[in-house]
Amino acid sequence: MSNPAANNTDLNQVRVSANIKKSTAWTRLKKNKAAFSALIFLVLIHLLIFVGPFIWTVNPDATNPAGMLQGITASHPLGTDDLGRDVLARMMKGGQITLLVGFGAMFFTVLIGGLVGMLAGYYGKWVDIILMRFTEAMLSIPNFFLALVALTVFGKSPLMVVLVIAFTSWMEIARVVYGETLKWKESEFVEASEALGSSSVRTLYKHIFPQIIPSIIVSSTLGIAWAILTESAISYLGLGIQPPTATWGNMLQNAQQYIWTTPMLGVLPGVAIALVVLAYNFLGDGLRDALDPKHRGGK
Amino acid sequence: MKHSLSFSTIGEMTIMGQFLVKRFFQSLVLILIVSIITFFIMNLAPGGPSSMMRMDATAEERAAIAEQLGLNEPVIVRYKDWLLSALGGDLGTSLSSGQPVIERIMERFPYTFQLTAITLIISVVVGVILGVISAMNRNKWQDNLINFGSVVGLSVPSFWMAIMFILLFSVELQWLPSSGVGDSSLVDKAKSMAMPVIILATSTLPTIVRFTRSSMLEVINQNFIRTARSKGAREKTVVYFHALKNALIPVVSIIGVLIPRLLGGAVIVETVFGWPGMGRLIVEASQGRDYNLVMGVTVFVTVLVIVSNFIVDIIYSKLDPRVKAY
Repeated sequence: MSNPAANNTDLNQVRVSANIKKSTAWTRLKKNKAAFSALIFLVLIHLLIFVGPFIWTVNPDATNPAGMLQGITASHPLGTDDLGRDVLARMMKGGQITLLVGFGAMFFTVLIGGLVGMLAGYYGKWVDIILMRFTEAMLSIPNFFLALVALTVFGKSPLMVVLVIAFTSWMEIARVVYGETLKWKESEFVEASEALGSSSVRTLYKHIFPQIIPSIIVSSTLGIAWAILTESAISYLGLGIQPPTATWGNMLQNAQQYIWTTPMLGVLPGVAIALVVLAYNFLGDGLRDALDPKHRGGK
Repeated sequence: MKHSLSFSTIGEMTIMGQFLVKRFFQSLVLILIVSIITFFIMNLAPGGPSSMMRMDATAEERAAIAEQLGLNEPVIVRYKDWLLSALGGDLGTSLSSGQPVIERIMERFPYTFQLTAITLIISVVVGVILGVISAMNRNKWQDNLINFGSVVGLSVPSFWMAIMFILLFSVELQWLPSSGVGDSSLVDKAKSMAMPVIILATSTLPTIVRFTRSSMLEVINQNFIRTARSKGAREKTVVYFHALKNALIPVVSIIGVLIPRLLGGAVIVETVFGWPGMGRLIVEASQGRDYNLVMGVTVFVTVLVIVSNFIVDIIYSKLDPRVKAY
């Protein structure tokens, strides 16, 4: 072991095994039928939603009093809504907003949760006590109650909806990241980095953060699913993004009045939300198994 | 022998007591933090809480209300006043009905309690059964089916599922009422509760199933199970007596996580099904900008969550001998 050449080989082996780890994660994901089909479905649906409007160029906000609540026709493949607007165009436009809200909320959720978890785990002592008590307090408020209060107070702009969803759902990620940070803090390479005089910020960023990335990827994937569901529920209560801006959530809320006469209006956005959320959940579960085989068959 | 026994019991009692006292004070701090968060969110609004008042109020009315609510005082002073009267059980007066806030909450609380308690019991019973079936048939079709069902349950928006249920069971088949709490007869009550409970359970059942499954799989590989098997115990005895008994202990801990989720889900379910509980109350309060009521309901619900978590902690520490040294 004292032989430097042997040490070098060890290091190379570590590198090779790291590469193998990455490729096996991908192989494992490909083998997981549910997760892999979810991934393919998600790629297709995102293409449809973000590229589709360039092909189907009907204006989603153009009303037509003469053609309200139509069924399937050639000019409106998915029919029209209560104001005569084209449902296909609205589904795509609404999908864009819904997915962007999902991504945005996920980004802030991970940012807040990741920072809180890493800082509390790494610095310990009073930082830990304050941040984790705050996390616990936030977990004790049923998130819907808090979201309602915040949206009533701060208004319902898309950015506000994104921030409110993030502010009421970062706690789970904070706990996961906190646990991981505590675990890696004790590892030898972190001790080595500290012993060599790295600043705490550098140690956190260069050595601990990379170890946590797999958990963050999993949490983010599941976080998008959660954000989309929350947005739709907030919209249902009339506190989400307001019409005429279409989202799947407010399309669903609007469709409620016509559910008996034109059920298609209520079925479509609901199915779309359910499928996208389902796919993100399957992908998240699959990624967890692929990135951490020990977890296999676990939660 | 007798002496050492009584000593250890006393020792355990004090450790247990210390744990409970510590947990109790932590709970008080949590409640305090939550009330601060809620209070300050409402006061951070542009224009303060007066912006939450009715839009049709005249300038004089606004000024009068502001005076009456003490809105001209600094936030810290107002929070102190609120906290002091809240400690005495007075959560202020509802701006929309003029009743005391605590009275309005107490009118609604029994309904939410019924709904969430029944959902929790059903979720735990059904969830544990499905979780055990899943674990015992690991990676077979039963396991895959249950897992698929769990993910679907977590993925479908609950209000949408509720509307589809109403469409099917109330409108098409006319089996169940679409809203209300039913009259005094038990059958009627059960009928009007069926759909709200099922919808609410979709947010808790999958978690219990998954948790039971992984807990069961963990226990089944431990030494004492191997010992039981090698001693020739029947497979059913091993599974249902030795393994399940131990696997259930961690399942108790997950109940603490599910309670806030149930209360959050109740907001949607109560709104869809016209169930007169606290969930609908907070929606009405938010829409009517009833500032005192919003604050009161939020804090009340949080106290509920924290108290029930405290009870779960006690049960958990009694069940699992390893937690005693906590």
